Amino acid sequence: MFREFAMAKQASTSTAFTLEFEKPILQMERQIGDLVTLQETKGTDYSAEINALRQSLTAMLRKTYQGLTAWETVQVARHPARPQTRDYIDMIVKDFDEVHGDRKFGDDKTMVTGMGRISGHKCMIIGHHKGRDTKEKIACNFGCAHPEGYRKALLKMQFAEKFGLPVVTFIDTPGAYPGIGSEERGVAEAIAVNLREMSRLRVPIVCIVIGEGGSGGALGIGVGDRLAMMQYAWYSVISPEGCSGILWKGGENTADAAEALKLTSKYLKSMGIIDEIIEEPLGAAHRNPRAAADGVEKYIDKTLRELKRVPVEKLVDQRYERIRKLGTDAVTSA
Amino acid sequence: MAQLQNLSANSWENVTPARKNVDVPEGLWLKCPECAGLIYRKTMEEQQHTCPDCRYHFRVSAKQRIEMLVDPGSFEEMDADIAPVDVLKFADKKAYSKRLTDEQKKTGSKDGLRAGRAFVKGRPVVLAVMDFTFMAGSMGAVVGEKITRAVERAVKENLPLVMVCCSGGARMQESTISLMQMAKTSAALARLDEAGGLFICLLADPTYGGTTASFAMLGDVIFAEPKALIGFAGPRVIASTIRAELPAGFQTAEFLQEKGFIDRIVARQDLRSEIARTIDYCGK
Repeated sequence: MFREFAMAKQASTSTAFTLEFEKPILQMERQIGDLVTLQETKGTDYSAEINALRQSLTAMLRKTYQGLTAWETVQVARHPARPQTRDYIDMIVKDFDEVHGDRKFGDDKTMVTGMGRISGHKCMIIGHHKGRDTKEKIACNFGCAHPEGYRKALLKMQFAEKFGLPVVTFIDTPGAYPGIGSEERGVAEAIAVNLREMSRLRVPIVCIVIGEGGSGGALGIGVGDRLAMMQYAWYSVISPEGCSGILWKGGENTADAAEALKLTSKYLKSMGIIDEIIEEPLGAAHRNPRAAADGVEKYIDKTLRELKRVPVEKLVDQRYERIRKLGTDAVTSA
Repeated sequence: MAQLQNLSANSWENVTPARKNVDVPEGLWLKCPECAGLIYRKTMEEQQHTCPDCRYHFRVSAKQRIEMLVDPGSFEEMDADIAPVDVLKFADKKAYSKRLTDEQKKTGSKDGLRAGRAFVKGRPVVLAVMDFTFMAGSMGAVVGEKITRAVERAVKENLPLVMVCCSGGARMQESTISLMQMAKTSAALARLDEAGGLFICLLADPTYGGTTASFAMLGDVIFAEPKALIGFAGPRVIASTIRAELPAGFQTAEFLQEKGFIDRIVARQDLRSEIARTIDYCGK
């Protein structure tokens, strides 16, 4: 509850962080706010003006968000007020019982794991958490997990398998942490093992990219029976900045790189790489986290209902078939 | 903790710093990047592309690797005709489709991996070798598909799978498609594992990114060539993230063995017999 309050507070003070293309929208929001205050203090009726402004605000939001470029989408996915894993847990998970640690090295705060109920389904919830305030962000390494995070996730998934709990993962990471300790403790091995083990885990797995789907760090908890993306999330093999730095030899072409990487939910759906797009409220999830969470909950409920009906042998076979055909349309036998 | 730090500091002294110039230059004579000695190219090639003096391991193409590794004439290539399709119409400064045709012309291969059946010291194996000469051995849909088919073949014919990795990682120009090849190859390897199959993986210089974070780290036995650089994030990315210099010997095969992520460092001269011995131990 507190978190929801903190989020609302952050959203209302979003002047502290303004996306370039949202400036006219925020200006209009401020105008409406001013009029409302004026109406309350002076007692004059401005409702006609307010309604007219609200209508044009809706139109403006719709227009702006319909025409987002790939790079703008990335920026929305990174918006500081965008709901994160712990926010979704607060909003849609009942009786969340957090479980910590990988029992090998430590407890990676970037990787949140625990049991809970979503729409009545008992499940294991796993997700990257980026952190809201500075302190939490640092503790969470801004969403970049270490090897112990991936091993923690796997340990909890295997627990879920033993007791027949479906797994739900929330993906939101710029990538796995690139550092000395991360390499020393084998981040590549940790991700690789997760990919192999998730492909044969004997319970349903539903994966949702809620914000950033940064490369192997995202995929490390992203192999499952279904993969969905929030409408304004992104998912790619490399960040636009990284790609631009390598292929354009400079950081100035991030927008071109974002476009070239085809990282939007719409494109990935058309490619058949993801199964579904979870629609976000008008003006994206950071404007209305509650509505975004409702969409996520509905998707999880629907999908788990479907998957729980499938006998486990068939489930694992179907999962393999789903993974097996990835990219087969990008090859040809001449 | 202090003791631990000392320990690792000691161990780093034993390994040499990363090399800079690793491309093999043209010409009759060449200079060894390791010992700076002048080497006659033919001698180097006859000694499995290593420096006759210091045993520095030069990078080799997939074709050269296969020649060195298998019993003469035993390699029977499969899926050689699989070629990439630029479905994303990716373009940076140069269009990906153009880059592909240039690379294909340069290397004579359709993409960066060769797979097939072969014998190693009389033992039949399924072999998959990444080709660093083709777009830095990057993994796209073709590499992923060919590895997956090789794994499936190993399951079907109950043969050991031998893979040689040398790759810059997932291929950026295929974006999410290449990322998904990590999942695909790893899922196929789960099936090989369940079938009781043997997977021997050799990590050669360099093995990075999505390659390391999928099949390369999933071998039942993982060998690495001496001084090969192996890691997830590239050294430049790490250095710029942590804003500090990296310790000497960071991400070398010796470093990885020290940290417990590879089974053994194997010199090229011993590779054939090491593979054969492992196969025999595993009763395959």
